Amino acid sequence: MRHFLDFEKPVAELERSIEELRRTQEPGGINIEDEVERLTDKADKQLRLTYAKLTPWQKTQVARHPDRPHALDYIHSLITEFTPLAGDRAFADDTAVVGGLGRFNGRSVVVLGTERGSDTETRVAHNFGMARPEGYRKARRLIELAGRFGLPLLTFVDTAGAFPGIDAEARGQAEAIARSIEACLVAPVPIVATIIGEGGSGGAIALATGDRVLMLEHSVYSVISPEGCASILWRDAAQAAVAAEALRLTAVDLHALRIIDTIVSEPIGGAHRMPAEAVASVGVAVQAALAPLLALDAATLLARRREKFLAMGRDIPA
Amino acid sequence: MSWLAEYVRPKIRTLLGRREVPDNLWVQCPECQQMLFSADLERNLKVCTACGHHMRPTAVERLAYTFDTDPGFARIELPRAPADPLRFRDSKRYVDRLKEAREKTGLDDAILVAHGTIGGHRAVVAAQAFEFMGGSMGAAVGEAIVAAARLAVLQQAPLIVFTASGGARMQEGAISLMQMPRTTIATRLVKDAGLPFITVLTDPTTGGVTASFAMLGDLQLAEPGALIGFAGSRVIEQTVRETLPDGFQRAEYLHEHGILDMVVPRTEMRETLARLIGLLCIHEQAPEPMSEAPPELPAAPLPEHAAA
Repeated sequence: MRHFLDFEKPVAELERSIEELRRTQEPGGINIEDEVERLTDKADKQLRLTYAKLTPWQKTQVARHPDRPHALDYIHSLITEFTPLAGDRAFADDTAVVGGLGRFNGRSVVVLGTERGSDTETRVAHNFGMARPEGYRKARRLIELAGRFGLPLLTFVDTAGAFPGIDAEARGQAEAIARSIEACLVAPVPIVATIIGEGGSGGAIALATGDRVLMLEHSVYSVISPEGCASILWRDAAQAAVAAEALRLTAVDLHALRIIDTIVSEPIGGAHRMPAEAVASVGVAVQAALAPLLALDAATLLARRREKFLAMGRDIPA
Repeated sequence: MSWLAEYVRPKIRTLLGRREVPDNLWVQCPECQQMLFSADLERNLKVCTACGHHMRPTAVERLAYTFDTDPGFARIELPRAPADPLRFRDSKRYVDRLKEAREKTGLDDAILVAHGTIGGHRAVVAAQAFEFMGGSMGAAVGEAIVAAARLAVLQQAPLIVFTASGGARMQEGAISLMQMPRTTIATRLVKDAGLPFITVLTDPTTGGVTASFAMLGDLQLAEPGALIGFAGSRVIEQTVRETLPDGFQRAEYLHEHGILDMVVPRTEMRETLARLIGLLCIHEQAPEPMSEAPPELPAAPLPEHAAA
């Protein structure tokens, strides 16, 4: 069964009526096709309308939609010969971070992602996409591997943030994130990062310090969740919608602030309605972002990556 | 002048004067509740003379504690950063919060950068100011860390950063998040020049500051009892539904877990830093006498910022 968000209710009702009509139709009975078509049109229009003007808080909900394609969906469909690699070589294999070797459009690459899981079992297995230090240390290992063999690095980011736990702190969560950011900044290979769902703070930037940063149209990327921000600044988590607005966490906002480079359009009604199409669009956008980077030598690549991040915030258009 | 004025006025003054005395002369230690003589506390670098609790100094005091008294040190002017990139407002406008913090502290933002000598060794020091909006890191702090790194490279001196921060400055949204890679670049500038980058983590150091430059030191020191972590303790408690262990996220806990090189009392910090610099910088040139004016920073890396 499709999962509907609150603001999708009008669409949900229309679609339910269509289904109802189809189910009650008896063989040889009256022709309902005209009515179905009318309702389908109406539902499409409603969906288009709703998704054309999503508020930042609604986008946050779309970004977290359980049926939205997750990192492994992108990896399995865009990467051939995908060969998962595991472990931080020190403590454990944290499967909140997934990654390995494979081919992207025929080219050998290293791929990394934060994976939330798609049902109860896999969500628990991937710790809901919230990595512990081992996850960021595995990421660092794979980033360094990419650099050592001259393989481009593709990342797919979708995480509420790093896991806030006693064990995570004890094993140096902050250090693991910092080193992962650093590894991105010194890797002498092209890095294309795509925010596919939720780009949650330090846990996201650890894998998103790239030459090109792409964002799906309805994904969000922020220093703190709207709920967290609301409970600190408004002292009321119920003000999340207001905080989401203030944080300017949408793709359009971040593109205007020059923090991301490209917005990847989603199918009408969001990536969760047509996952295959969404994944394919990301594939095209990643290829377009990667191609010009492949022509650059390592020194130029590294210098431009540094300059890009150093320029951030200095050149905000008024 | 009437008899009234002459008679009454001195009396009022005495009353007022009497009320001011306890505030200025005595300070209560928040840890052991001991009343401490203010002058003694200052002389002991704001470390409780009874229990050793390290109180939070201001960034201005931090610089004074760290550099040699003679010949002293010079603060550098910090690059300007965009004032309010998001036009953020919660219950108050961010620009108003900034203005209040500036009036309260006399600082431009939550950090100071200075150069001088430590035990005779040339050094650049950045001190985060917790008194300015909880030491939160936005574009101005990130820009200052980059400027400090460039100054260190220019002077061929080590960079020492005293961290004190609640984390990222939410009012700058993703711009504040981007200070994590930006400050990480700063640490690389120093390291690539073959110079030491030393962090001293002070109370408190959390969030995005911990998860970037604070944890990238060649050497990582901390003050006793300092709260240091990535996630806030309340968030952790809500997530794991367990009570946190004693001393969790304190400097000593991090030292035990291999995250810090040493925990150093404030009163021994200057000599410790001097010794470390001396051991690391074997090709160091003798510092030149301090000039009156701070040296010019290289022009190219610091573009002007259009006033908003």
